[in-house]
Amino acid sequence: MVMFWVCALALGILLYVLLDGFDLGIGILYGFTRDEDRRVAMMRSIAPVWDGNETWLVVSGVILWGAFPVVYATLFSAFYLPVLFMLAGLILRGVAFEFRCKALRSRPIWDAAFFGGSLVAAFMQGLMVGALVEGLHIRGGEYAGGALGWMSPFAALCGLALCFGYSLLGACWLIRKSRGALQESAYRYISLSSLGLALFLLAVFVYALTEHLRVMTRWLDRPYLFVFPAMGIGASILLAKHVHERSDRTPFLLASLGFAAAFGTFVITFWPYMIPFSITIDEAASPQSSLSFMFWGEGLFVLPLMLAYTAISFRVFRGKSDPAVGDY
Amino acid sequence: MNSLPLLLSRLQFAFTISFHIIFPSFTIGLAAWLTMLEALHQATGQAVYQRVFEFWLKIFGVAFGLGVVSGVVMGFQFGTNWSLLARATGPIQGPLLSYETFTAFYLEASFFGILLLGRSRVQPWFYLFSTAMVALGTTLSAFWIMVNNSWMQAPIGYAIENGVFVPKDWTAILLNPVLWVRFPHMLLASLITGAVCVAATGAWYVLRKQFDAEAKVMLHMGLWMAALLLPVQMLFGHFNGDYVHDYQPAKFAAIEGRWHDEQPASEVLVALPDPATESNRDSISIPVLGSIIGSMSLHSREVGLTDFPPEDRPPVAIPFFSFRLMVGCGLLMLFTAWGGVYLSRKRRLEQARGLLWLIFMSFPLPFIAILTGWFTAEVGRQPWTVYGQLRTSQAVTPNLTAGMAYLSLAVYCAVYALIFLFGLLFLHKLLRAGPQGRLVQPPRAADIRRPMSVVDAAGPSLDDEARNASSAMLSK
Repeated sequence: MVMFWVCALALGILLYVLLDGFDLGIGILYGFTRDEDRRVAMMRSIAPVWDGNETWLVVSGVILWGAFPVVYATLFSAFYLPVLFMLAGLILRGVAFEFRCKALRSRPIWDAAFFGGSLVAAFMQGLMVGALVEGLHIRGGEYAGGALGWMSPFAALCGLALCFGYSLLGACWLIRKSRGALQESAYRYISLSSLGLALFLLAVFVYALTEHLRVMTRWLDRPYLFVFPAMGIGASILLAKHVHERSDRTPFLLASLGFAAAFGTFVITFWPYMIPFSITIDEAASPQSSLSFMFWGEGLFVLPLMLAYTAISFRVFRGKSDPAVGDY
Repeated sequence: MNSLPLLLSRLQFAFTISFHIIFPSFTIGLAAWLTMLEALHQATGQAVYQRVFEFWLKIFGVAFGLGVVSGVVMGFQFGTNWSLLARATGPIQGPLLSYETFTAFYLEASFFGILLLGRSRVQPWFYLFSTAMVALGTTLSAFWIMVNNSWMQAPIGYAIENGVFVPKDWTAILLNPVLWVRFPHMLLASLITGAVCVAATGAWYVLRKQFDAEAKVMLHMGLWMAALLLPVQMLFGHFNGDYVHDYQPAKFAAIEGRWHDEQPASEVLVALPDPATESNRDSISIPVLGSIIGSMSLHSREVGLTDFPPEDRPPVAIPFFSFRLMVGCGLLMLFTAWGGVYLSRKRRLEQARGLLWLIFMSFPLPFIAILTGWFTAEVGRQPWTVYGQLRTSQAVTPNLTAGMAYLSLAVYCAVYALIFLFGLLFLHKLLRAGPQGRLVQPPRAADIRRPMSVVDAAGPSLDDEARNASSAMLSK
């Protein structure tokens, strides 16, 4: 039962990162173009799906609370301010979809909300992951690091790296959904964002080496872990090749594979810890009665239906989003 | 611990949840109303029902969107501000709220998509079915929220092990008698909210002499629904009073403004409760009525607040006044709706401009009643989060500082004010524009065996259709 919910949680988070990742990435890229047609096309490429994508964040949140309440309580109280800014960013990003197209005078507000909201949400997510890797100050099963305990150069580096990572996903998504000049610039965005991502990942790696983060010893203990980074590197090389060949559909799949590899690295590295080196999966899990109550309804029936629904809605909205259609 | 972060966290929770509840309570009622309209449209074949349907679907979409956006915060706030509660009750509250997210997401999001882009793609009966499923989804959502909140009001089916509430009997939690009076009360409140807003909009168009046929449908159906549901709601309100009387005597005493035991008890109608002197100032009360309301008896002894040690008493002013506001709004809506139905039977309603104005102006009443009803329930539960088991002061995040709490409260206020302002402006625009525009026809080639043909994406035409619909959704 515990394993089922660990897998469901991992799946929920991975889906969120991949799906809302490209939404947020497009939101970030949006800030770097002034051209109205392009902006509309970028927004429209994610308009039908962003809402469903964001739902995976809430789904992951409530699975975490129901199945692993200790982690839910510890993490969100530790990350009080990053969670606040992430949520504010997500709200502003979300309403920008609705309000921008109806507004004329207030359009600059919603442009700023869309770009700023996406950027802040992405940065905060990366920052939280970074702070988690570096290690939170936990005493007696409670967070004891203070209001700004998550703040560190390492966490900030991870935040910036994720902004580039999401931009990369966003650019790959844009390639699938666009044609012509916009698609051409999306290929350029890929080169830029992967360059940025590579630089920041290198910085993160060097920092971890010089600061002797505890995570590094895990790698020496478990050499098989290198399978995942190898997968990631393989995906990057293929991505470069396919972008060079101006391939239409594969870049997004390859970038997703890269993200999945990174996520896998993260999970396997810290196994069996949920909050690295202080709270394990078994310590955090809810009692059996809670887990099976969740399993026999939402786990067994609703979760598969939701996965099917996600797949179907992506199928319905597949293909290019044509800027000529509709009166956005 | 320092009490300022606690106070700020309570304010923040009250603010965010009050903001949020406005939208779901409206959409639950609207979804039921949409289902009724679609059923009427298919049964009678009259286009006016479809026009009204399409119009309210747009309003539903905006309110639904604002509800979703403001609801995301709720799922995280238990962890950020109430980490001790989240940790202690997570094994019970977590699964209940995860059911809310799962079922609501599935039923609302998927079938709502069909409503927006499907009329020309699916069979009429499947379209009606989808409308009903959206209504079911919103209702189930409310159900899980009420299971959770009723458990906090009257905890049941658990054992405390190492400071953690471990669920022992889920059936008992789901069949909690308190739940089965509170859930209908909330559901009826939502249905009435929908009905009153629909009637108010209809009255507005009649007064402006616009959209004659549609306005009449809205006005008459809305009034009838409100007139029929309001008495039932008052009955369930009374049942709610009974559960409070039996399970939460301190809350009951606060609502009644009763400081000392009385036998037989009087009923305070209006007063200024004064905690310093533990008495009421300027009170108007009716003898014996308190015993009748509390215990259906002429000489029962009713409990006063001073029976409880001060640290176990709820604040008095908020439950006392908000309860009276709620009842007042309910009575006002009842008289307006009954007056409207009476005149409509006499066929004089369209000429009675005074009453039409009253109906139009009554649209805020259901929202005020819902908010004040929740204030009564939640403030009256204090000083407990889990009644009798876990104090609010022991539930708040221990490492929270006043600075962090000030900042988050300010950020939420600013963000919500912005989206509320623009949301209202937008709704006003939609309501002003009124029901108009081209109607979507059902598909000519009927394929009864494949109701899900909306989603099988056969060729580019559907893609365009879907994109059209999504951009229509965006430009609604």
